[in-house]
Amino acid sequence: MFACLATVLTVWGLWLGMFVAPTDVQQGEGYRIIYVHVPVSWMSMVIYLAMAFWALLGLTFNTRLSGMLTCALAPTGAIFAFLSLWTGALWGKPMWGTWWVWDARLTSELILFFLYLGFIALTSAIDDARRADKAGAILALVGALNVPVIYFSVKWWNTLHQGASVSLTKGSSMQQTMLDAMLIMAVAFWMYAIAMTLYRVRSIILIRERHSQWVADLPEVKALSLEARA
Amino acid sequence: MIWSSFSDFWSMGGYGLYVWGSFGVTALLMGAEAFWTRRGRRNALSHVLAELRASDANGKDWR
Repeated sequence: MFACLATVLTVWGLWLGMFVAPTDVQQGEGYRIIYVHVPVSWMSMVIYLAMAFWALLGLTFNTRLSGMLTCALAPTGAIFAFLSLWTGALWGKPMWGTWWVWDARLTSELILFFLYLGFIALTSAIDDARRADKAGAILALVGALNVPVIYFSVKWWNTLHQGASVSLTKGSSMQQTMLDAMLIMAVAFWMYAIAMTLYRVRSIILIRERHSQWVADLPEVKALSLEARA
Repeated sequence: MIWSSFSDFWSMGGYGLYVWGSFGVTALLMGAEAFWTRRGRRNALSHVLAELRASDANGKDWR
C-alpha cells in the first residue's frame, strides 16, 4: 500500500514539478533539482530521528522489534543521505560554481551519511543480534545530536548554503505550484521509506525467528518447501 | 505546458546535465534498493527453509 502511494505521489509530484511549475527567475530550469534534493534531505534527517526513537525505546524497554526496525531503517536513510549530497553537488556546480565546499550544512550532512554507514557496519559486524542492537542503538542515539545541527546550521553559521525557503513558523517564500510539487515529492519519498522499511523488517523478523513454529507454518515457507520436495 | 518541444524539455534551459544527473541517480538508487530489498526477502525465506530441512533430516524436533 505504501509502495503504491509512493508511486502515485511521485508521478503526480513530478508532473507538477516538471511540466506545470514555471521557470525560476534567478536559477532558470536548474532549480528543478530541489524536487528531489529537498525531499531526500528532509527524509535523511527524519529517518535518522526515527532510528534514534526506536533505539531509545529498545534501550529503555528492551522491546525486541525496535532493534529490528532500527536496522531496517538504516539502508534507506543512507541512500537518502547520499542522494542529498549528490543532488546538492549537481545543484552547487552551476549555481555556486563548485561541487563541494566545507560549508556547515554540507559537512554535517556528510557526517550524517557516515553515521548511517557506521551504523550499518557496526550492527553487521556483531554476530549476536542482541548485542548488535544495543551497540547500534547507542550509536544511533549519540549521532542524533547531529540532526539539529544540520537543521539549524544555516542559521547558526553564516555559510554558503541558503536559509530555509520553507519554515514551520513563517510559511514559505516559494511560489505555490513549486511548493506543492516539492511537498508531494516529500510525502512520496516518505511513503517509499515506510514501504522499504516494512518490507525489510519482515525479512529480519523471519531470520531472527527462524526457530519458531509460526515461521515454519507460514504459507510462503510451506509452499516453498513443497516446491523443493516435488 | 511550459515546454515547446521535447529537446527543450531535455536540455532544461542548459541545466540538463545537472537536472537529469540528479533525477537519474535518484531513480537508479531507489530502484536498486527496491530490488535488493526484494532479494533480501527471498534470501531470508531460503535461509529459513534450509534450516527447517536440516532439522527435519536430523529427525530431531527441537522447535
